[in-house]
Amino acid sequence: MDKVSCFHCGDDCNSSIIEFDSKPFCCNGCKTVYEIFSENDLTCYYDLQASPGAIPKEIEGKYDFLSQENIIEKLTEFTDSKVQIATLYIPHIHCSSCIWILENLNKLNQNITTSQVNFGKKNVRITYNTKNYSLKDVVLLLSSIGYEPYISLDDFKTGKQDINRSLIYKLGIAGFAFGNIMFLSFPEYFEVGEFWLEKYKHLFRWLMFAFSLPVVFYAAQDYFISAYKGLRSRLLNIDVPIALGISVLFIRSTIEIIFNLGSGFFDSLTGLVFFLLVGKFFQQKTYSFLSFERDYKSYFPIAVTKIINGEEKPTQVYDIKKGDKLLIRNEELIPVDGILINGKARIDYSFVTGESETVSKTCGDKLFAGGKQTSGVIEIEAIKSVEQSYLTQLWSNDVFNKKKEDAFTTLTNAISKRFTIAVLGIAFIATSYWLYVDASKAMNVFTAVLIIACPCAIALSAPFTFGNLLRIFGKLKFYVKNATIIEQLAAINTIIFDKTGTITSNKESTATYEGEKLSQNDEVLLKNTLRNSNHPLSRTLYDLLEENNIVSLNHFEEHLGKGIEAIHNKDHIKIGSASFVGAAETSTLNTSVHIRANDHYKGKFTFYNSYRKGISKLFNQLKKHFDLVILSGDNEGEFDNLKKLLPSKTKLIFNQKPDDKLEYIKFHQLEGAKILMVGDGLNDAGALAQSNVGIAVSENINVFSPACDAILEASKINKLYSYIKASKNALKIIKWSFILSFIYNVVGLYFAVTGQLAPVVAAILMPLSSISIVIFTTIATNFIGRKLK
Amino acid sequence: MSVIYILLSISIIVAVVFFIAFIYAVKSGQYDDSYTPSVRMLFEDELLKEQNKPSNKSKKD
Repeated sequence: MDKVSCFHCGDDCNSSIIEFDSKPFCCNGCKTVYEIFSENDLTCYYDLQASPGAIPKEIEGKYDFLSQENIIEKLTEFTDSKVQIATLYIPHIHCSSCIWILENLNKLNQNITTSQVNFGKKNVRITYNTKNYSLKDVVLLLSSIGYEPYISLDDFKTGKQDINRSLIYKLGIAGFAFGNIMFLSFPEYFEVGEFWLEKYKHLFRWLMFAFSLPVVFYAAQDYFISAYKGLRSRLLNIDVPIALGISVLFIRSTIEIIFNLGSGFFDSLTGLVFFLLVGKFFQQKTYSFLSFERDYKSYFPIAVTKIINGEEKPTQVYDIKKGDKLLIRNEELIPVDGILINGKARIDYSFVTGESETVSKTCGDKLFAGGKQTSGVIEIEAIKSVEQSYLTQLWSNDVFNKKKEDAFTTLTNAISKRFTIAVLGIAFIATSYWLYVDASKAMNVFTAVLIIACPCAIALSAPFTFGNLLRIFGKLKFYVKNATIIEQLAAINTIIFDKTGTITSNKESTATYEGEKLSQNDEVLLKNTLRNSNHPLSRTLYDLLEENNIVSLNHFEEHLGKGIEAIHNKDHIKIGSASFVGAAETSTLNTSVHIRANDHYKGKFTFYNSYRKGISKLFNQLKKHFDLVILSGDNEGEFDNLKKLLPSKTKLIFNQKPDDKLEYIKFHQLEGAKILMVGDGLNDAGALAQSNVGIAVSENINVFSPACDAILEASKINKLYSYIKASKNALKIIKWSFILSFIYNVVGLYFAVTGQLAPVVAAILMPLSSISIVIFTTIATNFIGRKLK
Repeated sequence: MSVIYILLSISIIVAVVFFIAFIYAVKSGQYDDSYTPSVRMLFEDELLKEQNKPSNKSKKD
């Protein structure tokens, strides 16, 4: 049996191949999508990118809540009697053909007038007629072509979001003013003493003044506000010397032109503001990729179906009270803790615990929020409201609300404190000297020192270095929340790993067989029997066994929770748990599937965790510089395996509940350890937030814990050591740029202290220092980035 | 040299006009998404369907 790829989504058509229009499809969904596309003449979708579609999931009834007026109002940007505009987030957008199909929605349905995709934000803005069409219809259409939108509670709160463009405006004003003032100041640079200049210099000066007004009072606003806030809380942050410099520049320049003492420093003023804003803009661009603001509300479906007197009514999650009966469909998340009343519950808690095996529950069992139902519909009775569920309890833990940054002074803040004090000190000393020698120059010198001592390096090197490094990390699938995390990463001395899902891979399991060798007949029967079952273990085992002929079975039966049996010609096979098969119960803690063929016990398949590639090497690299610990929520079954895989001094601790992990970290932090926690499931959430840096390892970037500081894609975990090294190198680069700026400052201060600071000198030195620092940091970080690959 | 008054006023007015154009362009939202338009412009235009006019084939001489 050759591997046939579905023409639409590219997956293997292993179980059933559906042929349509002489093309193979893996399921009815893909075939339907193809039908829709070819009927509407959109088959060039397939030319753009090979196999671009996703398999549409069954969604009947799932979007009923969208018919409610209040929900529609919250999700649409614009509504009037004829037209509605809604922006939907579609995580599946990943290529150019996705853009193409989503912008051609009007061909699929006449009621949609236009649609526009924003690829970076993965959303689509759809305008449609409300006469025969509604938001629910739009969503259903999107789902049927495989682009199901992701609607979360976040969308509920805000409605229309105003895009913040103020930084661009401020940057525009500063740049505009900077350029024009530079031109206007040229005459006074070069033509000092010319007759005509004496007559017109006031014109030039007052024009410069006029241009600088919007810069000082609008573009530089943020710095003043931040410096004021800092001073109010007695903190000398980086914005204090900047605000000080700007105000001194402005005041001195204004006084100079009023009293005709000189031409003022408006060019340096606007230049300074412009470069600082460029730094900020660059920072903002690098942060906007991944939205870390999503809180826990994003994980839960926003509406569930409540059963009132036999009627099914969609309600918002927040309206669920204790005692409500809820209907949970296949593949839906359970929003609140509840007791199972009706139906076959098979819950996938991989979301919460990281364990991919589904848990079967019977009537009367308690079901925890966050699990996903995987076998049909169930009815549950809520025992809590959303606020009090188990998961939210963990999240409401104090740890989350405490801002970690208060306890940690970044390098920038540390230096800026000293910088301000040093500059003021020099200013006063120089002034007092000149007061003694030549009083007329004293004020001149004082302000000159304050002007020329440029905190540019401090303000620019950190954003550019970290911003560049964040961008480089992002390309290497390591998404860091912000720049302070990189600094903290460089200071780490202890690393704690979770086991399941972090160092083991959820996707690949291996199974080893113990027992009698299976005959050819047995293998055929085994493979074919497994093919009929949807149980995760059956599916895994099926994929692991070798190819075999497909035969049709005479009889097949699946006993839920126990096993499967089948009859083919005269052979009879039973596959499942030890008790089902009739074998002796073993006390080992591993998952095993036993085989009994023709009433003769054959053996068992044991499933092992498969560890990610490169873990051993990674640990060996890390052990030289860090203390390593594994905290696992699992039992000790894997102790021997881990001992073999990891270096000897690694501590292995099992049976850790989420609270245990949290306490462990807190304890060690009190002893002075700087901890990096690498985990995955939401169960690690408290621990990830408590540690100095928390990294979530994720197979799917769009699903992650809000408590983490960085997300690392699972395939890149073996590069952890090089990422930590890169962070340390980034700090080195910043220190070098400080030294570079120090040299500039010394040169500038020489001019200032000796009273020779002409505007020309200031206008040359300040931009020069800013630009050279930017160039230096950018080249240096790119160099680091190239080494990382 | 008093012509400089006129020169300066004209140049400042021109500069301000461009500045207003900049503000207007940013406000219209065209710079919010700088990636998608680069992909969008590469899409091909749809060819007209031939099947609607089967009888026109032999008309051209």
